Amino acid sequence: MASKRFVLTFPPDATGQPITYNLIKKFDIMINIVKADVSPGKIGHLVIEMTAPARVLKEGMEYIKQQDIQCDPIEKKITYREDLCIHCGACTAVCFAGALTMRRDNAELLFEPEKCVVCELCLKACPLKLFSIDIG
Amino acid sequence: MVKKRSIDEINEKIRGGKAVVLTAEQVAAMGKEMTPAEIFSRVDVVTTATFGPMCSSGVFINFGHTTPPIRMERITLNNVPAYGGIAAVDAYLGATETAMPNDQYGGAHVIEELISGKDVLLEASAKGTDCYPRTEVKTLINKDTINEMIMFNPRNAYQNYNVAVNSTHKIKYSYMGTLLPSLGNANFSTSGELSPLLNDPELRTIGIGTRILFGGTTGYVAWHGTQFNTGKPVNEYGIPVGNSATLALIGDAKQMSTRFIKAAYFERYGVSMFVGVAVPVPVLDEDLARRVSVNNRQIETNVIDYGSGNFEVLGRVDYDSLFSGRITVNGKKIRTAPLSSVRTARELADILRLEISEGRFFLTEPIALFKKTSGLNSLEIRL
Repeated sequence: MASKRFVLTFPPDATGQPITYNLIKKFDIMINIVKADVSPGKIGHLVIEMTAPARVLKEGMEYIKQQDIQCDPIEKKITYREDLCIHCGACTAVCFAGALTMRRDNAELLFEPEKCVVCELCLKACPLKLFSIDIG
Repeated sequence: MVKKRSIDEINEKIRGGKAVVLTAEQVAAMGKEMTPAEIFSRVDVVTTATFGPMCSSGVFINFGHTTPPIRMERITLNNVPAYGGIAAVDAYLGATETAMPNDQYGGAHVIEELISGKDVLLEASAKGTDCYPRTEVKTLINKDTINEMIMFNPRNAYQNYNVAVNSTHKIKYSYMGTLLPSLGNANFSTSGELSPLLNDPELRTIGIGTRILFGGTTGYVAWHGTQFNTGKPVNEYGIPVGNSATLALIGDAKQMSTRFIKAAYFERYGVSMFVGVAVPVPVLDEDLARRVSVNNRQIETNVIDYGSGNFEVLGRVDYDSLFSGRITVNGKKIRTAPLSSVRTARELADILRLEISEGRFFLTEPIALFKKTSGLNSLEIRL
């Protein structure tokens, strides 16, 4: 058995396929929803942990992609140059996962890597370009 | 009991090391428990600050003359065009000007590199005249080889600013940062109760000649800023709701610090520059004591839809909610994000507080106060 986290990105016009239901029923994959932000008419994100034999996981990923849904395994890691950060907060605007937030007490940026789903939006949102991807 | 004090009296106290100087945040907290009369009796000066992206910024540079001399016409610095129509070896480098084809590198980056002491490639050409025969120059310059580097920013330190949201179904990239679709976030850009012009909303003490901290060094208010508008409606606390007054600032860029001048690139918008500004507000009377004790709950601004193209006002919120991380607009909860660094603004306000308390920075009486205006002209398409 293998467990892996994935970010599913739904286009605004995604069909109403019951993706997680089908992954469980058709493929017998154990699903743990880590974070969900999907609503009709807008780009949606679903972060799930899938547990199944490696071959089944691959079939599950294929099925997701066939539904025109982007499926990215979370293998990469986001890092940033904390020493150069000016704590403006522009990156927090795009961090739907809540990994980047502003601390109210000292007005500093707080990065909680365990919440990061590697959507990569912060790479573009940072006006000083301090974020990068660590491929691992 | 005396209900007024003058700037001369405050400067006398500064000289004697007896002036009570607090930051605007400290006084905002005091204001929740004390009356303006009590604050007036306890505090002489309040320091305010902001560190946000301010596009309308740039530097005048005088490169020095070559032998034989040139009257520079087309000028680039690290491939970023500078305006050379002010002869002969003067130029104005705007912060938002970009290098071709790399539009993520621009004037702000060159300015930051020059302030940091780095070499920058100067290329200039001219037609050549009898008095300026040279037609081309290509050399390296840095802040020690040039004569002047004067930062002159026509529009800085906005008094309040809109909150930007996006109601469309597409992500939008703006000078207010990345705006997620379907009101996915709300971006704002002032330092709230720390912000200079929100602590003296009627500009009673800030005018032409006011001495400030600019990019970390001494600077001055040169004029009112462009798009200066004192005609905006004010709320019950006398705070203009939305963009209103602005300042034109001037200072010696050679003395500035890259901690307080930072180049920035906003995705699919372009280059801008974070500028650090700290302004002292003298507490001359109880009215000013009341103004400087304004807090984030009392400062409001409009939420504007930057996605739709017609900049519709969707609601009004206060800065306490904006800093809390969530606002409610039309019944919908929206995550908020700042673009202006309150942390650095706090640092600047504290530097200025120490400079004044320790007798190194004295306050100035404005040479002239700004005239009230009633609105702005729009650009009419007449052809």
